[in-house]
Amino acid sequence: MTTQVEEQTTTSIVGARMKRVEDPRMITGAAKYLDDLKLPGMAYGAVLRSPYAHARIKGIDTQKAAAHPGVIGVYTGKDFEHLNPLPCAWQASGADNFVATPRALEIDRVTFTGAGVAAVVAETRAAAEDALSLIEVDWEPLEVVVDPERAVEEGAPQLHEAAERNIVMDWECGDPSATDKALGEAEVVVEQRLVNQRLLPTPIEPRGAAAQYEPSSGEYTVWMTSQAPHVMRLLMTAFVFGIPETKMRCISPQVGGGFGTKIFLYPEYVLVAALAAKTGRPVKWMESRSENYAATTHGRDHVTYLKVGAKRDGTITALKAKTYANLGGILSTIAPGIPTTLYGRMLSGAYRIPNIHCQVLGVYTNTGMVDAYRGAGRPEATYVVERAVDLVARELDLDPVEVRRRNFIPPDAFPYDPVGILAGLEYDSGDYEKALTRALEMVGYDDFRKEQAAAREEGRYLGIGFSTYVEICGVAPSAWIGTGGQGWGAGLWESANVRVHLTGKVVVTTGSQSHGQGHETTVAQVVASELGVPVEDVTVELGDTLGTPFGYGTYGSRSAAVGVVAVYNALQRIKAKARRLAAHMLEVDVDDVEFEGGRAFVKGSPATAKTIQEIAAAAAVGYDLPPGEEPFLDDTSYYDPPNCTFPFGTHVAVVEVEPETGEVKLKRYVAVDDVGKVINPLIVDGQVQGGIVQGVAQALWEGAVYDENGQLLTSSLMEYAVPKADVFPQIELDRTETPTDVNPLGVKGAGETGTIASTAAVVNAVVDALAPLGIRHVDMPLTPERVWRAMREARS
Amino acid sequence: MIPIALTVNGVRHEAEVEPRTLLVDFLRDDLGLTGTKIGCDTSLCGACTIHLDGLAVKSCTVLAVQADGSEITTIEGLAREGELHPLQQAFWERHALQCGFCTPGMIMTGVELLGTNGEGLTDAEIRRGLEGNLCRCTGYQHIVEAVHAAAVR
Repeated sequence: MTTQVEEQTTTSIVGARMKRVEDPRMITGAAKYLDDLKLPGMAYGAVLRSPYAHARIKGIDTQKAAAHPGVIGVYTGKDFEHLNPLPCAWQASGADNFVATPRALEIDRVTFTGAGVAAVVAETRAAAEDALSLIEVDWEPLEVVVDPERAVEEGAPQLHEAAERNIVMDWECGDPSATDKALGEAEVVVEQRLVNQRLLPTPIEPRGAAAQYEPSSGEYTVWMTSQAPHVMRLLMTAFVFGIPETKMRCISPQVGGGFGTKIFLYPEYVLVAALAAKTGRPVKWMESRSENYAATTHGRDHVTYLKVGAKRDGTITALKAKTYANLGGILSTIAPGIPTTLYGRMLSGAYRIPNIHCQVLGVYTNTGMVDAYRGAGRPEATYVVERAVDLVARELDLDPVEVRRRNFIPPDAFPYDPVGILAGLEYDSGDYEKALTRALEMVGYDDFRKEQAAAREEGRYLGIGFSTYVEICGVAPSAWIGTGGQGWGAGLWESANVRVHLTGKVVVTTGSQSHGQGHETTVAQVVASELGVPVEDVTVELGDTLGTPFGYGTYGSRSAAVGVVAVYNALQRIKAKARRLAAHMLEVDVDDVEFEGGRAFVKGSPATAKTIQEIAAAAAVGYDLPPGEEPFLDDTSYYDPPNCTFPFGTHVAVVEVEPETGEVKLKRYVAVDDVGKVINPLIVDGQVQGGIVQGVAQALWEGAVYDENGQLLTSSLMEYAVPKADVFPQIELDRTETPTDVNPLGVKGAGETGTIASTAAVVNAVVDALAPLGIRHVDMPLTPERVWRAMREARS
Repeated sequence: MIPIALTVNGVRHEAEVEPRTLLVDFLRDDLGLTGTKIGCDTSLCGACTIHLDGLAVKSCTVLAVQADGSEITTIEGLAREGELHPLQQAFWERHALQCGFCTPGMIMTGVELLGTNGEGLTDAEIRRGLEGNLCRCTGYQHIVEAVHAAAVR
């Protein structure tokens, strides 16, 4: 039977400002997050954490705690000695790493406040927490070091025997002698010490895990707040428990934000699984906010010594950075990869810099673990490069916009190899001038400089700051990140399975894992566009190792540029099969059949057609298929891209500094981003706005503070300044779209541009505002006190 | 154990609770109303915001025994007969949520804010009105837009 269907205009679904399909459950309170899980017979775990930053555990007495009403069991590290330490999955390339990683519970020694040393399982959460206070630990406090520059000095306390001077790795990229030579010959050289302070990522949902163990089969089921459940299963089974992957199922329920912190394998996830096996009860553990601050990974924490060489016209001739990356007391899952591959290799920024050298010392200190936090290495790189450009402009009394223009990689230079520091990769595409021009237009740059001059006459400090960033997204090429020697111990492809059921309803399973990004909507839009089915007919399943193909998960803005491309590729093969089946049904040659708008039709005779629903039904019942064709429309793609993508743009901050108090007011914020083709502009706007606010918060307010004893002073939201709604103006957004041929969707990635770009823009703006005082740098966060002190010093 | 009786989302409940039980734990653990979230331990994040006798309060800072005799509305009770509250609808349309974890508290605060002088609210007033609720994903901009949008409904 031939069916006539109306022409559908489905191609516009990609690019539509569609509201999200996942929202109804979240706006009604129906979404189930980790702590909403209640299993029959469930018991509750609580973890006793070290009050010392560096101490030996001489003994632990659990008797009183074990006798507390409601307590099922009390455990120490010795109970889990048979489990391996957690693996470090990304050791920096070319560096001789010494790796010390956490155990389920520490046994002999702790190296940061918050390390877990004992656990209680009880009938209620309250009973478990009550019993914690009854555990007696005999501590022997040891000497503490929290400052990474001090930690590498002779005589500093040694945290781990084999890590001499506490150095995890001494890594470099670029050409040291050529860079030194260029600096020696430069007409001007600017030097600056830059602190990129430690941050507490603070997803509003803290971490948690729940587990049950089935002794008859030896199978674990572990629920966890994870951005990468497949990777968690692999690390826990193969590396920690020493059991086959098939003996564990990992499930990420609805996840309440991650920002990187939920990528990693944590001791508590291992612990909860082990406790479920030990007690024979399902066990749940959920951290409090103060535990989240003490024991969940932190971000950034670099001290960088920067040297930039330039000609008098502002042309940058050399950039040299020596960075101390504080990695904490013990290594998190991918800690060494962040300040190396994702930082040092991006130090060319958007500029043609002929000589670059970067040395990174990864350092152990008696502080919490540091790992990827939204942007992960690229915000740190952007901060160094964008401050460098402004410092050169200031030194030469040039307009920072002009210095940027003079050094931009021009559009015809792509693909661009930044003097080899990307170790084989090249920037895919870019038109940096275009984004800058649009941003200048939006902010009214010429008028602003006049307004600024007038304000200065009145003694007001107005400033403007730029960040013409470029970043690296869709982190993958397995041959680069894995075998190419970046030190990553695995591939980084992504997977998707697409099934078109008998009724034409489509189920997509993917190894990506949403924790707020809107995967279900984005994927449904691509499916609807390719197959011509309504968005409502698409179901996206993710987050459960049972029923989804292995995937590496969601981080590094890789879900669109890697994960959704896997969906797209599977859809192309589904469409090819649909054409073959339609040709058979229509009794025409397959070469005469086209697929468009949800139907396969005969070329030149569009009325002779079969809908995707008819084809799916024929494929599913399978009694009349072309010879050699298998039933069902079902395809799985494992997509490994040929390159990363390199989004870019211009962010502009306008600030006013209160002359008496040092308070910084963000007056305007303009962002022009180029993230390639946009699948859903509403979602991308949300990603960019959220990222900007996080990045601005680093510039102005946030900072984790340890005292000299390794006590975290910012141990709750009382002390750590997560921004509220009332400190921001409306952010002004626009986009440019430069094609990329890295993937067939032309997408680059949009999840982290905000945090990558905005921090430098705001600091540049504040320093610009304070230029009349001769101030050329203030370290973040630019709190009123810091700025006031800088002003006072400059005035005296 | 202390006996309490209260009405939650129009349903009367009688229960016995420990004196130290927080209202948020009572709602989540005893009544199974897990839409209300816990995001901190210092009454700062606002994820646990509910309406107690018509006022938006942080249910982590109220003891269950203090709620004896009260009328409570949680996020689960906001939609009426399957129809979303205008602010829920506006959150959806304006993309005012990403991970959704702060959303129940944010909406409950927003509903109270709209009740006073919805249409007359300025950006600054909305932003000030929401300062007891933290969102780490959205940067607040779409939330402010959603409150405006719901105000004119």
